[in-house]
Amino acid sequence: MKYQEDAELGKLVKTQANYYDVPQGLRDRISVALGEVTSAEVEHRTKRWAAWQQWLGMGVAFACGMVLSIAITVFYVVPSQQEHIAAQVIDGHVRSLMVAHLSDVASSDQHTVKPWFSGKLDYSPPVRDLAAEGFALIGGRLDYVDGRPVAALVYKHQLHTINVFVWPVHGKIASAQASEARQGFNVTSWQGEGMQFWAVSDLNASDLRNFSELMRKQAKL
Amino acid sequence: MIKKAQQFETVALPHLGAAYNLARWLVRDEHIAQDMVQEAYIRALKYFNGFRGGDIRPWLLSIVRNTCYTWLQGKRQGKEPLEFDENRDSAAHESAFGSADNNPEAMLLSKQESLRVNFAISSLPPVFREVLVLRELEGMSYDEIATVAGIPAGTVMSRLARARTMLRAELNCPILKEGQ
Repeated sequence: MKYQEDAELGKLVKTQANYYDVPQGLRDRISVALGEVTSAEVEHRTKRWAAWQQWLGMGVAFACGMVLSIAITVFYVVPSQQEHIAAQVIDGHVRSLMVAHLSDVASSDQHTVKPWFSGKLDYSPPVRDLAAEGFALIGGRLDYVDGRPVAALVYKHQLHTINVFVWPVHGKIASAQASEARQGFNVTSWQGEGMQFWAVSDLNASDLRNFSELMRKQAKL
Repeated sequence: MIKKAQQFETVALPHLGAAYNLARWLVRDEHIAQDMVQEAYIRALKYFNGFRGGDIRPWLLSIVRNTCYTWLQGKRQGKEPLEFDENRDSAAHESAFGSADNNPEAMLLSKQESLRVNFAISSLPPVFREVLVLRELEGMSYDEIATVAGIPAGTVMSRLARARTMLRAELNCPILKEGQ
């Protein structure tokens, strides 16, 4: 038996077996084919990118629409809650003057008015006398605003009556003050000491603002 | 993208000879081998991102090999495999004679020996044919052959041993010896 050794057999194969040469033109043919595949791929990617951009544009437009509708909700729908309270506060003010039911506890002494609320409300509103600044405390009463019983503090400035509605707020305390005029009344609201304050009066806007600033200043003392 | 294609051509085209020789031995047809190599190169370009550096030859040849096997499997369901054709399969072998003696008798002997070896290798099943071609004609290591064929290096060794045994049996076949 011939070629018993692996080396011998290997030499035979190496020297006698065909090593097929690359046929003429194959190299060029493959080069062209690779070029075609590449350009097709580039074109495909360009198209895909264009399609993606189209989708991106639609996505951006949609996101803008969403942001706009949220903004509308925030600026128009949410303030309506504020307006709703302002309307109730004015109603409370008008009613208190109409039926001569201004105060349940008539006292200019803050130490009489404040304890009067205990047992009637689940919180104790801050009560201050501002007689020295021209805003005399004349009493307090219970009222009902925004679905809950609230403390109403009554002040007088010359002949003008000021109703201050106070109830506790939870969560973030906004220190910004908001004022507006409705039905000839001026309304101003602010937050402090964990409470929401709404002051309403037929007093002019600057005096009412002055009053609210005194209230806030007192709170900080 | 274009840069990647250029890079691929630069590293892959130098191995066209090895790729064609392997394909030619596996499919045993000049034209089909060319198609296989072209298809394999296009596939290799697509997979080139997945190539993790190192020697590209085993990686490229594994794609050539798999392309050829796909074709072989499709063909097996159809007609019979191609038999070794003396005229066709020796056409590309002219250069080998040139290097031999100018003596006509020696040339004839050499040609006969060559035909016998080619026929014997060509009649082996593809899995044995490929390890022999990669080992003896490409001079690849066991690890490289393992990468090409997608088998463990141990299997490469056992297949190579089996391929040699089968080749010996073919070469020592008495009917063929008569032709000598």
